[in-house]
Amino acid sequence: MRLSDFVCMDALIPDLKAGDRDGVIVELVQALAGAGKLGKSKAEEVARAVVQRESEASTGIGKGVAVPHVKHAAVKQVVAAVGCCGRGVDFSSLDKQPVYTVILLLSPSDKADKHLQAMECIFRNLQRDDFRRFLRQAQTIEQVRETIEESDASR
Amino acid sequence: MSEPVHEIEVQIRNIEGLHMRPAMQFVDTASRFDCEIQVTNEETSVDAKSIMQMTMLAATCGTKLRIKAKGRDAGEAVEALRTLVEVKMFGETPAV
Repeated sequence: MRLSDFVCMDALIPDLKAGDRDGVIVELVQALAGAGKLGKSKAEEVARAVVQRESEASTGIGKGVAVPHVKHAAVKQVVAAVGCCGRGVDFSSLDKQPVYTVILLLSPSDKADKHLQAMECIFRNLQRDDFRRFLRQAQTIEQVRETIEESDASR
Repeated sequence: MSEPVHEIEVQIRNIEGLHMRPAMQFVDTASRFDCEIQVTNEETSVDAKSIMQMTMLAATCGTKLRIKAKGRDAGEAVEALRTLVEVKMFGETPAV
C-alpha cells in the first residue's frame, strides 16, 4: 500500500490553526468531512471517538509525529488527513516532546487488515528522516502533497 | 561464554491483529528485558523495543512472527512475549 492510496489530498493542512491536541484532531476530521469522506453530520461523533482513543494511549510515538486514529462505523474506507504545526502541539508523546506532524487515520470498523496495512505504510514512511523533515518544513499544501508523492515514488 | 540465544515462533490470535495498542504492549514487555530482541515476519525484521518499527509489521490475525532474543535474559523474554501474544492475546478478542 502507498500513502497516496489512502491519504486524502483534499485534507492536507500545512498550517494547523488549533494549538492543542483535541483541536488538531477536530480540524483534521473536519477536513476529511469537508472532502466528503464521511457524512458531515458524523464529523463530531468521529472526532470524539478519535479523542477518546487518544486519551486511552497517546499515539505520539516520538520524533515529532503523532498518528491519531480510530475504527468507526461512519467511515466507509480507510482514509487519512495530514496536518503540520510549526509551533508544535502537546500530544503527551512517549518522548515528552511536541508534535509537528499529525497523520490522522480513519478506518471502517470491520476492516482490521486494511487498517493494519495503512498503519504499516504510515510508519514505514515516518521511519525515514527525510520524510519527517520535509513534512515538518512544508509551508504549502503543494509541498505536503509533493512530499507524500515523492516518498511513495522512492519506495 | 557466548550469550544465550532463544528463538520462537508465535501466531497472532486476536481478531484485530497487531495494531498500535498491542504493539505498544509488546514493546513495553520487550523493554523490561536487557537482551536484544528482533521480530521477523515474511518480509521484515524489526527491533522489538521500537514502537515505530513494531507497527510496521502490520501483523494481521493468523500471522506468524519469529521472535529472536539474544542476551542474559533471552529465555525469559521470549516466554513473556509468547504469553502476551498467544495466551493473553493482548487482552483482546480472539478469532473464533
